[in-house]
Amino acid sequence: MTAVADALEMERVESHLHPEGSFDVDDHEVPTGREEIWRFTPLKRLRGLHRDAPLDGSGVGAEYDAPEGVVVERVEAGSPVLGSSGFVPNDRIAARVWHEAGERYAVTIPADTEVERPVVITLTGTDTEHATATHVVITAGVHSRVTVVLRFVGSATLADNVEVVVGDGAEVTVVSIDDWADDAVHVGHRHAMVGRDARFKHVDVTFGGDVVRHDTTAEYAGPGGEVEMLGLYFADAGQHFEHRLFVDHTAPKTKSHVLYKGALQGDRAHTVWIGNVLIRKAAEGIETYEENRNLVLTDGCQADSVPNLEIETGEIKGAGHASATARFDDEQLFYLRSRGISDDEARRLVLHGFFEDLIRRIAVPEIEDGLRKTVEAELAKNLIEADVVVEEAV
Amino acid sequence: MTVLDIKDLHVSVKTDDETSGEKEILRGVTLTIRSGETHAIMGPNGSGKSTLAYSIAGHPKYKITSGSVTLDGQDVLTMTVDQRARAGLFLAMQYPVEVPGVSVANFLRTAKTAIDGEAPKLRTWVKDVNTALDQLNLDPSFAQRSVNEGFSGGEKKRHEIAQLELLNPRVAVLDETDSGLDIDALKIVAEGVNRFRRQEDKGVLLITHYTRILRYIEPDFVHVFVAGRIADEGGPELAEQLEAEGYDKYVKAAAAAAVG
Ligand SMILES: Nc1ncnc2c1ncn2[C@@H]1O[C@H](COP(=O)(O)OP(=O)(O)O)[C@@H](O)[C@H]1O
Ligand SMILES: [Mg+2]
Repeated sequence: MTAVADALEMERVESHLHPEGSFDVDDHEVPTGREEIWRFTPLKRLRGLHRDAPLDGSGVGAEYDAPEGVVVERVEAGSPVLGSSGFVPNDRIAARVWHEAGERYAVTIPADTEVERPVVITLTGTDTEHATATHVVITAGVHSRVTVVLRFVGSATLADNVEVVVGDGAEVTVVSIDDWADDAVHVGHRHAMVGRDARFKHVDVTFGGDVVRHDTTAEYAGPGGEVEMLGLYFADAGQHFEHRLFVDHTAPKTKSHVLYKGALQGDRAHTVWIGNVLIRKAAEGIETYEENRNLVLTDGCQADSVPNLEIETGEIKGAGHASATARFDDEQLFYLRSRGISDDEARRLVLHGFFEDLIRRIAVPEIEDGLRKTVEAELAKNLIEADVVVEEAV
Repeated sequence: MTVLDIKDLHVSVKTDDETSGEKEILRGVTLTIRSGETHAIMGPNGSGKSTLAYSIAGHPKYKITSGSVTLDGQDVLTMTVDQRARAGLFLAMQYPVEVPGVSVANFLRTAKTAIDGEAPKLRTWVKDVNTALDQLNLDPSFAQRSVNEGFSGGEKKRHEIAQLELLNPRVAVLDETDSGLDIDALKIVAEGVNRFRRQEDKGVLLITHYTRILRYIEPDFVHVFVAGRIADEGGPELAEQLEAEGYDKYVKAAAAAAVG
C-alpha cells in the first residue's frame, strides 16, 4: 500500500487534462470565455458566480431522509472532513465555494454498514437573486454500502462542491438529479476518492435549469477500484447543460466506465460533454471506456462532445472511447410506423429505447420509473410542435 | 373481399447525391391483388422489386411521380405510413431494422394496439404472442430482446412472419422473406405464410428472386419483373420456366427496348 502511495506521489506529473488546482481564489483568474475549460459555457448567464457575486444567499433549503445508521451533520469551515476526498478546487467557482459556502454538511456511513434504502437529500431553491453556495462531504466507511440521492428542485443560483470518500471495499452510488425550474443556474463540482477494491457509481441526471455545469472527477486511493459514471440529460430550448468529467487513473488495476446519453430539442438547446481520462504511469493493468451519445430531436440544437484519453503507460488492459450525435433514424421510424404505430408513438419508442440501456445500468429502482416518466414528459413537450414540422415535410 | 389495385405506378428514388436528384425506378407497374390470391413477383436484383414494396408501404425515400394505389377504392398514396398499416397493409421487409432498447414484446403490443385501436386483452395476447413465436421456432425469451438487434438473418425473417400472424393484415407484401434462409427455416416461414393465407379474405404479394420458396407457397399468379416493369405474366408454370431459363431473355429484351 505504501509502495503504491509512493508511486502515486512520484507520478504526479503535469497533465494537460488536469490543470493543477488551488485553494486560493486569486490563483484562478476571472474567466473570459476564451479558456479551454470555459469556452463552451455562457458566462453571461452565470449571474456572476465565476466573478465575485456574493455567495451568501440562503435560497436553497435542504431536507434529508437518512435511514438509520447514516449521520448527517453540519460542519464548520476548517473541519478536517472538508477536502478529505483529496479535492482541490480546479476552477474559480470551486475555490470560491470552498471559502464562502454558507452551509457545509457531512454525511457519514460507518464502516461495514449496509444501508438498505437510499439517503435522499432534497435541495429546494426559492431565490435566484442571491447566489447560494454549499459544500457536502459524503464519507462511506470501509466495506459499507449506500446510495445517496441529491435532488435539486425549484429556482436557485447555486454553486456547490460535493466530495465523496469511498472507503476500501465500499460500494457507493451517488445520484444527482437536476430537476430545477427553468430559471435555475447550477455550477457543481463533484470529486470522489475511490478506495482499494471499492466501487463508486455516479449518476448525473439533468432535466431542468437554465444553465447547469457539472465538473465530476474521480481518482483512486488504491488498486482494484471501479468507477462508473452515468449521465442522462434532456435539454430543451435555451437550456445549457455541461458535463465535464475527469477520471484520473492513479492506481493499478482500476476500472472506469463512463456512459452519458442525452436528448436535445428546441431552439438553442445546448449540451456539452467533456470526457477526460488520464492513465498515469503507475496505473498498469487498468481498463477504461467512455462513451457519449446524443439524440438531436429538432433543428437549432447543439451537442458538443469531446472525449480525451491521455495514456502514460502502455501496460493497460483496455482503453477506448466513443462519441456520436445523431437524429431520429428515418429507417427506424419507418419500420415502426409500417406496423401501424403513429409518428409520435414511434418517436416515443425510439427515445425510450435510446435511454433504456442506460436506465438499466443506473439500477436504482427508486428512481427508474421516475426517469422513464420524465423522459416521456420531456418528449411530449415538443411533440405537438414536431407534428407540425413533420406534416409540412410530407 | 379486398382489392389492392396498383395502376401505372411510376416511382423515383431520392438519391443521396444531392446534385443528381432523382432516379426513376418503377416505370409503369399495373397489378391487381384480390383477397384469396397469392401473386409472386420474380425478378433479378436491382429490377425494382423492393422499390415497389416500399412504395406501397410509403417509405419516404421513394417519390411517386404518377399512377395510383388503392385499397378497396381508398387512395393509399395519400395515407401516412402508419395509416396504410392500419388500413390493412403489411410489409415484411427484406432488411428489417434494428430498434435498440425496444423489446419485441413492447413493440408487438404497441403495434397491435395501434392496428386494433385498443389494447389487446392481456391474457389472450400473451398466449397469442407465445404461440406465434413458438410456431416460428422462436424461444419465448425472444420477446425480451431488442427489436432485430443482434438477430441472425433467419431470426429477423421469422420475426417478420410472427408479426404478420399477430397483426393479421388484409394484404401482405413479403419482400424476399426467403433470401438467406436455410431449407428448415424456409419451411417454417412458408408454413407461417400459408397459415395466414388460409384465412378468409387475405391477399399476398410474394416478392422473390428464387423459385425455391414457390414450392412451399404456391402462387396463383407469377409476374416477371424487369427494369421497373412487369415483363411477363402467367400462372405457376411461368415460375417453372424461369427456373429452367432464368431472367436472361427478359433482361435482354428490356435492354434492347431501352436502347431502341
Ligand atoms: N437510395 C437509392 N439511391 C440510389 N439508387 C437506389 C436507391 N434505392 C434503390 N436504388 C436503385 O434502384 C434500383 C432498384 O432497387 P430495388 O428496388 O432495391 O431492387 P430489387 O429489390 O429488385 O433488388 C437499383 O438499381 C438500385 O440501385
Ligand atoms: Mg430487394
